[in-house]
Amino acid sequence: MDYSQYWNPGIAAVPKSGIRKFFDIVQTMPGAISLGVGEPDFVTPYHIRNAAIDSILDGETQYTSNWGRLKLRKLIGRYLDVRYGLHYDPENEILVTIGASEAIDLAMRALLTPGDEVLVPEPSYVSYQPTVVFGGGVAVPIRTDASRNFVLTAEDLEKAITPRTKIVLLPYPNNPTGAIIGREALQQLRDVIVKHDLIVISDEIYSELTYSAEGHTSVAGLPEMRERTVYINGFSKAFAMTGWRVGYVCAPAQLMDVMVKIHQYTIMCAPTQAQVAAEEALRQGLEDDFADVATMRQSYDHRRRLMYKAFGNMGLSCFEPLGAFYVFPSIAATGMTSEAFCEKLLREKAVACVPGTAFGACGEGYIRCCYATALEKLDIALDKIGAFVQNL
Amino acid sequence: MQNMQIELLQLLQQDCRLPLEKIAVMLGKTPEDVGAMIDDMEKRGIILRYSPVINWDKTDKDRVEAMIEVRVTPQRDEGFDAIAKRIYRFDEVKTVYLMSGAYDLLLLVEAHSLKELGYFVSTKLSVLDSVTGTATHFVLKRYKSDGVIFEGDTQDKRMAVNP
Repeated sequence: MDYSQYWNPGIAAVPKSGIRKFFDIVQTMPGAISLGVGEPDFVTPYHIRNAAIDSILDGETQYTSNWGRLKLRKLIGRYLDVRYGLHYDPENEILVTIGASEAIDLAMRALLTPGDEVLVPEPSYVSYQPTVVFGGGVAVPIRTDASRNFVLTAEDLEKAITPRTKIVLLPYPNNPTGAIIGREALQQLRDVIVKHDLIVISDEIYSELTYSAEGHTSVAGLPEMRERTVYINGFSKAFAMTGWRVGYVCAPAQLMDVMVKIHQYTIMCAPTQAQVAAEEALRQGLEDDFADVATMRQSYDHRRRLMYKAFGNMGLSCFEPLGAFYVFPSIAATGMTSEAFCEKLLREKAVACVPGTAFGACGEGYIRCCYATALEKLDIALDKIGAFVQNL
Repeated sequence: MQNMQIELLQLLQQDCRLPLEKIAVMLGKTPEDVGAMIDDMEKRGIILRYSPVINWDKTDKDRVEAMIEVRVTPQRDEGFDAIAKRIYRFDEVKTVYLMSGAYDLLLLVEAHSLKELGYFVSTKLSVLDSVTGTATHFVLKRYKSDGVIFEGDTQDKRMAVNP
């Protein structure tokens, strides 16, 4: 049978994730050190794991509300208030999702009509473009670069806006560059967004992992922005809970109504035990000022400084990342493409990185290295990359 | 105490062989600053020793360990300090804590053999004037010590490449 006669050509045309190929090669190299991961090297704190076990033993094996457990939504509401000064009503403005990924998909599908344009600053996370396509929209990349700290500027935003533009995606703190966006830059974007009456989808999944004194500012907290922001966050990165798949999306009630319809009919609800675990993460965090998160953040920060310095010492220019857990050094000086560099590095030195092009065409000339890896392994990997670069 | 010092102590507690230069990068300080902080904490008796965590069970060394609960009569003016001092001077005694609860001192005692340990308790510890009673618990196995898991799965379970 030729399924190409049947499938949706628009969706079939979406390219596979650029990191897939590397995953396949790494699988054949058991001793390889991977800087290619996108998740914490910590396991979920024990008290959180225990809460889920207790819940199973207590027989909490039923569906929850489509919105997620009210207890969790209330805790999320308090958390967003305490940490970022955001105010969402747990009754009808907070929806618990299967990770932030589902939230992104929901937002796109709820908002897009065919031909609507979504502006996506790049390099950025691999799922934005495809979810725009799945939602029937058109993703319009906006290039950001190291010289401007990989931050979307108001000028570039203004230039990219057309009559079809409906949404601006804000991916900060950023995967893969480690860029963060400060209040001032956000305010400039805000002026353009309000002027053109756009909606923002703000993916703030790395909001707990910033390493500057300023910390994280949410675009939703800026004047007039709450009403035009779909705020997305989750538990994966901050609480080392990637495998649990719990995220959430917050927006004004009228918009939530549409998103929750999609969620209700496709997902029903996020897994109950994952929700209980998330409750424990927030309950404890609100009590001890998020000590678990602080410990992990400090450990990432130590390794961040080491990685940043090491790439500089290799003679590769490297933007100083102030968020997430990635460095994004330029390998342009080697004259190789990102993909060729990563493949050769993997085959010759058994170190896996992700080519910058996996995160958009403008990622060419860069590689993403995750520093959420044991210190001893980072040392070996950095030595090997250094030797590799020297012999090119 | 400054946060930076605590951060430094935590790093050293994880791995006291980290080179000064590397610690400096990790903390965003100069090696000189870090060296000075360490010197200062050594002088103030905050850092007492740099020693590895050893799993003796994996060596050939003959060794028995016991936790000993000790009830004592505190002495006028000196409280528990004088008797604690008398006890911690024995080479066999590796650790001494003053405890709240049903007994007063908790000792971690180490010897080459069961016999030797029994000898220590019966002829050296129990006979001290202020000691009114002891309860000896032999250590059968160490699962975790000083925050280090001795036996268990510490493998990285993540997929090698993911978003």
